[in-house]
Amino acid sequence: MTIQELDAIRQKKKDLIAVRRIVREQGEKLAEKTGYRKQVLVCGGTGCTSSHSKQVIEQLEKSCKELGIDDVLIVKTGCFGLCALGPIMIVYPEGAFYAQMTPEHAKTVAEKHLVKGGEIVKELLYSGTVMKDGSIIPFAETPFYKKQMRIALRNCGMIAAEDIDEAIAAGDYAAIEKVLTTMTPDDVIDTMLKSGLRGRGGAGFPTGRKWAFAKASQGDVKYVCCNADEGDPGAFMDRSVLEGDPHCVLEAMTIAGYAIGAHQGYIYVRAEYPIAVQRLRIAIDQAHKYGLLGKNILGQGFDFDIDLRLGAGAFVCGEETALMTSIEGHRGEPRPRPPFPAVKGLFEKPTILNNVETWANVNPIIMNGADWYAGIGTQGSTGTKVFALGGKITNVGLVEVPMGTTLREIIEEIGGGIPNGKKFKAAQTGGPSGGCIPASLIDTPIDFDNLAKIGSMMGSGGLIVLDEDTCMVDIAKFYLEFTVDESCGKCTPCRIGTKRLLQLLTKITEGKGTPEDLDKIQALAEHMKASSLCALGQTAPNPILSTLHHFRNEYEDHIYNHHCTAGVCKALLSYHIDKDKCIGCGLCAKNCPVNAITRTDYIAPGHKLGSFEIDPNKCIKCGVCFSNCKFKAVEKK
Amino acid sequence: MEHCAACGTAEQQAKLKAVIEESRSTPGCLMHILQEAQGIYGYLPIEVQKTIAKGLGISLSEVYGVATFYSQFSLKPKGKHKINVCLGTACYVKGGDKILEAVEQELGIKCGECTADGLFSIDSCRCVGACGLAPVIMVGEEVYGKLTPEKVREVIRKYKDEEAKA
Repeated sequence: MTIQELDAIRQKKKDLIAVRRIVREQGEKLAEKTGYRKQVLVCGGTGCTSSHSKQVIEQLEKSCKELGIDDVLIVKTGCFGLCALGPIMIVYPEGAFYAQMTPEHAKTVAEKHLVKGGEIVKELLYSGTVMKDGSIIPFAETPFYKKQMRIALRNCGMIAAEDIDEAIAAGDYAAIEKVLTTMTPDDVIDTMLKSGLRGRGGAGFPTGRKWAFAKASQGDVKYVCCNADEGDPGAFMDRSVLEGDPHCVLEAMTIAGYAIGAHQGYIYVRAEYPIAVQRLRIAIDQAHKYGLLGKNILGQGFDFDIDLRLGAGAFVCGEETALMTSIEGHRGEPRPRPPFPAVKGLFEKPTILNNVETWANVNPIIMNGADWYAGIGTQGSTGTKVFALGGKITNVGLVEVPMGTTLREIIEEIGGGIPNGKKFKAAQTGGPSGGCIPASLIDTPIDFDNLAKIGSMMGSGGLIVLDEDTCMVDIAKFYLEFTVDESCGKCTPCRIGTKRLLQLLTKITEGKGTPEDLDKIQALAEHMKASSLCALGQTAPNPILSTLHHFRNEYEDHIYNHHCTAGVCKALLSYHIDKDKCIGCGLCAKNCPVNAITRTDYIAPGHKLGSFEIDPNKCIKCGVCFSNCKFKAVEKK
Repeated sequence: MEHCAACGTAEQQAKLKAVIEESRSTPGCLMHILQEAQGIYGYLPIEVQKTIAKGLGISLSEVYGVATFYSQFSLKPKGKHKINVCLGTACYVKGGDKILEAVEQELGIKCGECTADGLFSIDSCRCVGACGLAPVIMVGEEVYGKLTPEKVREVIRKYKDEEAKA
């Protein structure tokens, strides 16, 4: 493919994409030009696919055919980022945002909205887009979306994920064109350095410096790798980029190859992400066909190719040297550094490795310039960050905000606060390597350095919101169980240290802890941080250290009072039925999995049936009775 | 090796041989071959690992080392319906552990085990990336989200009923 051909594709579909970015009146005018009166974007990401978006698309196509509608374009996109409301569907040019669609709903929308002269079906819209006065706002103007600044996710949910033409029209491959025709490798590295972009995978190492080291390394064979082994549980931004805009990753890796002098790239992707893997395969094939990968890219004399490698479920493979060992086909154990991968990495050749979100930032930086990017965010952390907002929060989903946005803005404004009137207790960032930020620090501007200062870390951007029902000792234990499972076992401090820490925590959650245990935990944690081989072991104690620092009272409650503050730790709990509140309906007994609840002869005043009681010897403390009782007669102590 | 049940059918053996032949010259091909082999056999019996070691000219210990390192690989057969309960953070804080308990009780087996009739096996996994639907389980490739212990029992019963009818 030549540059002219690339441009022709871009021009052909430019308006089609533009309709999705401007809504209301201008959008309508533009829509007329495209030949499609309306466009229906349906999410085909993992979340919405699990909620059966495929059936919604099939029904839409069927209904449109039956109604003779032939000027409406149905587009299957990647993830919109609001998975909890899936399947999601947006109709342009209005920007009407339909949520929780079913095939029946799709039929209704086709009949009432998509037909000529049709109107938006208000009752099926996402409630957040219908104002109190009955007016409707477009998706882009909802609080969830408005506060965001989408750079890495710019095309996610906006383009057909399996159509390279749409990707090109939306801006992909414009940066490789610019790089190959107007920039030297040094220019590219200089731009990356000046942009201040830091790696989004966890450690936050400056991307430009990494590239500069690899360029400086001697050798005719070098490699470019993409870390798509998103192992941090609760983080799914990389999955979303791969499903929504896979071409932006291929393009960015090619640019890096040009900059450092590499001709081969590898994407190491989780096998647990079947949709992402499939979209990557399709994208690589399409890029080959268009000559955007392979020999003599865009006729500019540069060769670059990309292979996929599937991970097999090992968290440690997110560590760069372990990931490379795994691509080589071995047990994914980390190697001591130095030598750093930029000197001796994959197959012992100079290698750079960046994570998916980092790659997704490369095209905008090249196109808009380093100064533009460096002007976003904070001084030490430029640009935006994608967070996977999860846990006890109303709007579960992906949000991209400028660095320096406060936790309060993310949780209360974008996230819509905590559901069920519960109180915000803490936010966990950085997954098993990170820590918990207590409610008292909710106004901290989030960037790499501030998070490190308060004992957590950015990590890959998982942001799990915890409410008053979460026990902080239990959460620390949860992460330790994870690191015990995932420690590769190569170095002693991590292999044995994590296990001993877990034993100490288990003791505390069972009410058998002693005050000395807290000192032991502290000492052991410091040793592990100082002496583990890789980041997994060095950061594994963080969840304990940060909860111990911010929530020491909860640890002490378990130790001194044998009491779990949040009522989570089973060994310290018991369930009882208040016989005077019990109306005798029997719902608890019916649902008890171990038949531990039986009726007594006691009838509470004002009721007709005998109340129930729980046999403590049979009770497994599953809490089903507690959550089912509508009369609050079951008590947790 | 022809007489061993764990080596599977002639067709399975032929497929495995073809995969080994096709991939052996690619650097770092062992993981790919193991993934394919598990797709063919459903798990990685020792005889299959021996075939792979022989085919690649490497030691059995190397193959076994890789097969046991990654959680995706299983040395034991799995059930016809593979149930994976997500215990990633987002699912855990929304009661993923209670979902696992309910599944275990419903099937009468523990996590990591397979029912005697070979129909169901339970495993836990760390995040399938469907955090918006937490807590979730996967039965085979199908994801079930926004579960409660009661709902997950219904899901399992649905599969049980289908099997009973079949």
